[in-house]
Amino acid sequence: MVDRTGKPVGLLTLQGDYEKHRQAFAALGRRTFGVRRRAELELVSSLVIPGGESTTLTRLLDRAGLREPLLEFAASHPVMGTCAGLIMMARGTADEDESDFGVAPLGLLDCTVLRNGYGRQIDSFTAAVRLVDDPVDFPAVFIRAPRVVAVGPEVDVVARLGNEPVAVRQGHLLGLTFHPELTADLRLHQAFLRMVDEAGDHH
Amino acid sequence: MDTPRDNSEMREQYRHKVGLAEMLKGGVIMDVTNDEQARIAEEAGAVAVMALERIPSDIRKLGGIARMSNPGMIEAIKNAVSIPVMAKVRIGHFAEAQILEALGVDFIDESEVLTPADNKNHVYKHDFKVPFVCGCRNLGEALRRIGEGAAMMRTKGEAGSGDVVEAVTHMREVTEGIRRLQMMRTDELMAEAKNLGAPYHVLVETAELGKLPVPNFAAGGIATPADAALMMQLGAETVFVGSGIFASEDPAPRAKAIVDAVTYHDDPAKLVEISMTLGEAMKGRAVNEMDESEKMAGRGW
Repeated sequence: MVDRTGKPVGLLTLQGDYEKHRQAFAALGRRTFGVRRRAELELVSSLVIPGGESTTLTRLLDRAGLREPLLEFAASHPVMGTCAGLIMMARGTADEDESDFGVAPLGLLDCTVLRNGYGRQIDSFTAAVRLVDDPVDFPAVFIRAPRVVAVGPEVDVVARLGNEPVAVRQGHLLGLTFHPELTADLRLHQAFLRMVDEAGDHH
Repeated sequence: MDTPRDNSEMREQYRHKVGLAEMLKGGVIMDVTNDEQARIAEEAGAVAVMALERIPSDIRKLGGIARMSNPGMIEAIKNAVSIPVMAKVRIGHFAEAQILEALGVDFIDESEVLTPADNKNHVYKHDFKVPFVCGCRNLGEALRRIGEGAAMMRTKGEAGSGDVVEAVTHMREVTEGIRRLQMMRTDELMAEAKNLGAPYHVLVETAELGKLPVPNFAAGGIATPADAALMMQLGAETVFVGSGIFASEDPAPRAKAIVDAVTYHDDPAKLVEISMTLGEAMKGRAVNEMDESEKMAGRGW
């Protein structure tokens, strides 16, 4: 794949497993660049919000003054969120006591998520999820994962576990409840790069 | 025992354990002794809290036997925050670990800060569904703990001292040990495993990766944003702060400052801004002035 924008894939490096995403893109021959400051958004073609802790990501994002710049960036650039990254992209969370824990999602993707939707760490699991456009299932690692409990009309389901959506796409925005960066299967990173290249064609 | 020792189920379970450790990278894990401190930690941006009855500096002062915390206080902290909750067990005390697993903590620290329950053996951590973190002073110790199933390593440092010198020593020991492995020929690795008292297969994996196969965090004596930045630049992937926050003059701003210092550990201008308005750090005690018997880092085998 050719990077038509000439810019590397951005990784939000405030906190989380961004290093695993860097390795996944490197395995696909693509450069990445860490983003922690507003000006760094101008140097990247797209952005990945990694797994991590959504409360921590909320704090660091707001202290860095990145909320508004990220909303602006996401209006015209591809963004992928995995696990906590999806929580940050969601319209809102279904947690009963959301205000107590102070997670403030960006509201990019028209979906509602439930944090720690399967329980605590001992309930973490791996499962084969069904991809909508690929007959071969994806081995998905769910760690203290959120669940998508509602999606808006503009949102397409990309993958399901049973009948439940676990990967959703809205235009150039992609959100996954699991961690493709923790397995050797790179198909979802490739899918995101296709979105990046399509967007690059329009720029 | 009839637990599976090496099968696909165990390997998959281990991947989930290490996976959670991956998610904590670039963050700060804070010792808290009640739900109010836990909320302060979460508000400051901690990625996890360590629930314990006394912070290490108070364990030092009070003496006596330090044991697993009361499950009731751990439960209160679990209910107060949404971030992962960790708790400590004594070295080798697998029954304490079983209790914490049944309680539903997210991570167990088999810790030298508590009084050891076994003078020879550590917990066999692959037996558990819950992940473990263990302390190390050098590469051999780290690889033995990983061989037993630890999903995360941390330096031991000298807990409750407020003195970062031992954490620095232990981090350098581990990274130097790995650099040495990388220079070795394949036929030298078995002898090195023998020298270090390390399991051969974990040693070979470490030599190939050029880093430990699990995340490597810093702990023990970290008290300021600069300490956190130092440990990150020495190769730590996350920082534990025990007594450094809640034994300081004004914990909430210090907690927040250390979180920011980990994110911007390589940006001195930003570190100036972060450190500017902080109150006094914990007073602490110099490790070099301690008697050997006062040090906790020597516990662990």
